[in-house]
Amino acid sequence: MTDANLVSLALIIPAAAAFLIPIFGRWKNVRETVTLIAAGLLFIDVIALLMRVLDGAQPETAGFEIIPGLPLVFKVEPLGMLFGVVASTLWIVNSVYSIGYMRGNNEPRQTPFFMCFAIALSSTIGIAFAGNLITLFLFYEILTLSTYPLVTHKADDNARAGGRVYLLLLLGTSTVLFLPAIIWTWVLTGTTEFTVGGILAGKADNLTVGILLGLYVFGIGKAALMPFHRWLPAAMVAPTPVSALLHAVAVVKAGVFSVMKILVYIFGIDFLSASGQNQWLIYIAGATILIASLVAMTKDNLKARLAYSTVSQLGYVILGAALANSMAMIGGSMHIAMHAVGKITLFFCAGAIYTAAHKTEVSELAGLGRKMPFTFAAFFVGALSIIGLPPFGGLWGKWYLALGAIDSNQLAMVAILMISSLLNIAYLLPIPLKAFFGKAPGNPGSVGMQEAPLPCLIAIGLTSMGCIILFFYPGFILELLQLIDIR
Amino acid sequence: MISAHYPALQVVIPLLGAVLCALVRRGSIAWLVALTVSWIMPVIAAAMLWQVLADGPISYALGGWEPPWGIEYRVDALSGFLLLLVSGVGAVIMPYARTSVASEIHASRQAWFYTMYLLCLAGLLGMAITGDAFNVFVFMEISSLATYTLIALGKDRRALLAAYQYLIVGTIGATFYVIGVGLLYSVTGSLNFVDIAGKLDAIENTRPLLSALAFLTVGISLKLALFPLHVWLPNAYAYAPSAATSFLAATATKVAVYLLLRFFFTVFGAGFVFETLPVSNILLVLSIAAMFGASIVAIFQDDIKRMLAYSSVAQIGYITLGIALANQSGLTGGIVHIFNHAMMKAALFLVLGAVFYRIGSVHIDSLAGIGRRMPVTMASFVIAGLSIIGAPGTAGFISKWYLAVGALEKGWWWLVFLIVLSSLLAVVYIGRVIEIAWFRTPSEACEGVQEPPPMMLVPIWIFTAATIYFGFFTDLSAGIAGKAAETLLGGLK
Amino acid sequence: MQLLEQIVAHYNHWITIFLMVSGLYIVIARGNMVKKLVGLSLFQTSVYLLYISPGKILGGTAPILDDKFTVYSNPLPHVLILTAIVVGVATLALGLALVIRINEAFGTIEEDELFGEQEEN
Repeated sequence: MTDANLVSLALIIPAAAAFLIPIFGRWKNVRETVTLIAAGLLFIDVIALLMRVLDGAQPETAGFEIIPGLPLVFKVEPLGMLFGVVASTLWIVNSVYSIGYMRGNNEPRQTPFFMCFAIALSSTIGIAFAGNLITLFLFYEILTLSTYPLVTHKADDNARAGGRVYLLLLLGTSTVLFLPAIIWTWVLTGTTEFTVGGILAGKADNLTVGILLGLYVFGIGKAALMPFHRWLPAAMVAPTPVSALLHAVAVVKAGVFSVMKILVYIFGIDFLSASGQNQWLIYIAGATILIASLVAMTKDNLKARLAYSTVSQLGYVILGAALANSMAMIGGSMHIAMHAVGKITLFFCAGAIYTAAHKTEVSELAGLGRKMPFTFAAFFVGALSIIGLPPFGGLWGKWYLALGAIDSNQLAMVAILMISSLLNIAYLLPIPLKAFFGKAPGNPGSVGMQEAPLPCLIAIGLTSMGCIILFFYPGFILELLQLIDIR
Repeated sequence: MISAHYPALQVVIPLLGAVLCALVRRGSIAWLVALTVSWIMPVIAAAMLWQVLADGPISYALGGWEPPWGIEYRVDALSGFLLLLVSGVGAVIMPYARTSVASEIHASRQAWFYTMYLLCLAGLLGMAITGDAFNVFVFMEISSLATYTLIALGKDRRALLAAYQYLIVGTIGATFYVIGVGLLYSVTGSLNFVDIAGKLDAIENTRPLLSALAFLTVGISLKLALFPLHVWLPNAYAYAPSAATSFLAATATKVAVYLLLRFFFTVFGAGFVFETLPVSNILLVLSIAAMFGASIVAIFQDDIKRMLAYSSVAQIGYITLGIALANQSGLTGGIVHIFNHAMMKAALFLVLGAVFYRIGSVHIDSLAGIGRRMPVTMASFVIAGLSIIGAPGTAGFISKWYLAVGALEKGWWWLVFLIVLSSLLAVVYIGRVIEIAWFRTPSEACEGVQEPPPMMLVPIWIFTAATIYFGFFTDLSAGIAGKAAETLLGGLK
Repeated sequence: MQLLEQIVAHYNHWITIFLMVSGLYIVIARGNMVKKLVGLSLFQTSVYLLYISPGKILGGTAPILDDKFTVYSNPLPHVLILTAIVVGVATLALGLALVIRINEAFGTIEEDELFGEQEEN
């Protein structure tokens, strides 16, 4: 199997699933099998690619020019490989969870739901493996458009309002800021290709670099950098499987991944730090981390709290990119993986709580741990991983980030990292603690266990184990990231 | 060899076809005649375009009289492109028209619809192919008179008012055009484009030339619906029969743009037009006003056909923006948008026609929930709508890219932001329809409707597929547009 | 004096301009649809003059070839204007047909009354 074929397959498999799902829509079990098989095949394909990348190869496909000089091309390099692995692995888990959740809640219109999911995954892979800016942009937009029906799935007034904020913010930032940045880059350099060392060196003066950086970073609205973060809490009107995979993993990680990729392969880490234009980005990332954590503490709605937590955690990745040294970059990239596994666990739990107990607010959760011990135990694990305590994977991301901050002499950022961890404790830890040790509001009711549907529990179990495993075996991630040629 | 006479046949066949339709009483037979004629047209146009791309411009002397005394039909990259576009659109809409016309127009008048359709087609093709300035006027009026009748055939009685308004405005435009040609003729003594261009160099007193340019520009702009001379368009498109609206939206204004390009670049020359006069600035201001003003008005329309009409005015603003930029990328963007917009708008208006066929209304309240009843049709609305917004992967993106690059090449980065900002406005008015189509419970009008018949669906999907196809495979659209832009900018001057 | 001579010498153009402007004025200022069409015709007529009057070469004879003459008036504008007249007649006919139908459908051909109707719609 040639490299190029493996890459193409990675895109075709979810797209083919999107095509087959409506055909088998009427036979529910066949339909879900299509999703699961596609997720499985994608995982195998991505692992095969991973093997090649770890060997030092960079599988790519031939380019297809849509405008002379502007080809659509795919090239798998280590950072994209990491993102691809995260997305495809978690798709399997999330599909299992979705089946349980959608059937448990008797959600309508499941066929379009699973179809859009497959399209969203296909575009996520497209973003991960994009070889140049225009390919990235194409799949970035397809991701926005394909997740809109998912966000507005409930089709009530709330969903519609949330969908509007979602679409307008994401399309607005990408059309008005991201696209002009790409066009400008193309006019300046004649190419949009991701290249080691960046393509802007010698072609752009400091002011241009600063403006371009701003256009890219704010134009990639999916990275949820403040003040363009409002779409993420707005997207919480979506059913939880959507929030879990997309807004903890695929969509938001696509955003920060794109930022990181652009900073490394379009600007070039050395060129960026030499220009000094990354300084303001460091401050904005730091501000996002702090402010979002503070807001998270004020939110009673569980998903809203998790959403703002995500905004804050995304700031970590951007900080890693902005610090512009190899240690920080490794930290930020690791955090892409660690946070994904941790956050998806938390969202899975939130969905389980909704399905089994029909509760959405944090204040209602006191004492629920005794009825749903498994769920809240997993929540505890996920929370600790996000907070960054051993023995959970989240520690590694923060560890390398702190090292990177020290490397760049940004001690203020180290302080922010620590304060933010404290804030994480403040808004995450009370939830499982109160659930286990708190007094249930109202009458005690039945004492027996009432857990979420089994597929949900399986998924929750898998991801919480993932948090622990990744603490002990972060090796392959490190190996992958060290392959990135940072210049 | 018959192929030597293709230029003449391109115009004569639809003319004869129109006469035949007029003699026939029954709508279905007239439709057959129109179908045959409209399907032959793209074949001829494609053959000519092929030859032009290989060998260079075709020059055909009508009646054997040599130019500049005789009338010359001249096909080059730009006019060949237009011919293929107009004839192609005319051909694809014809199968759709059978069902649509049968339901919207009274049986006794259906044959007249096809007569006027073919006359309009003949007129537009003639405008694109002729190389003689006065001949353009003749064909312009043939197509315009046919258009007025087409509009007046609409169901709503306000179609008559719309047709009358268009008649007044259109005739003033055509007359301005004739004044311009008259001034050119009195100065150069010739009516042939190439010949006039050659003679203009020698003229010292440029005042009649400037007035000629002014009259020509205003006259053509009235036909073009350039802001603020667009007032006739919303009414005309809103009340005409659906097939007619689709055809007109995709072709009539585009041929007027072609005329503008011809006069600006081939006859007068880019140097005279853009350097001695602030034409570029005027066009720039008017284009931006169109892009924003018309889009904002579109957002508040309840009649969706009217909304799309205002959207057309905005999109025409993009085309004239490309002309105002007058560099290779900008002009390519404008010309390729002629093609891309024709595809998108034809698809959108055909969708609306199908909706009207099924539920009898295009008011936004009646469209509530229609996405669930007619998913295939509305899916194509979404895709064509995405192209209007300029999402990547659709043809609209390609046009916007070229326009933005053209603006950046001139150093006008603020224009890039204006272009992308106006795309956001399109998100609002397209998004509004999509929200209502899928998020509301189906209205009573939508009860029990199903998809339109295949004869209507297939043309819709041909245009929709074209919107996606030309977002990736741009050789035929942007490639030819680029060549046309090159020849125009290289020019005879 | 020279200025006055120049103005008088171009009398054909002055008439053209007068017809053009008055035609346009009638189209814009009059609300009755038939009157608008009259104005339109007037406007078009001015264009005919614009073409034909320069066609008459001063000192030229009728455009029939003959050995005795060297300067002929230009026949081409006449040909062009014949076409334009036909177009004008067709437009007028179509316009009047539309007016009749509008009258049948709305009961009036006055623009202000029609706009009032439109606002009620």
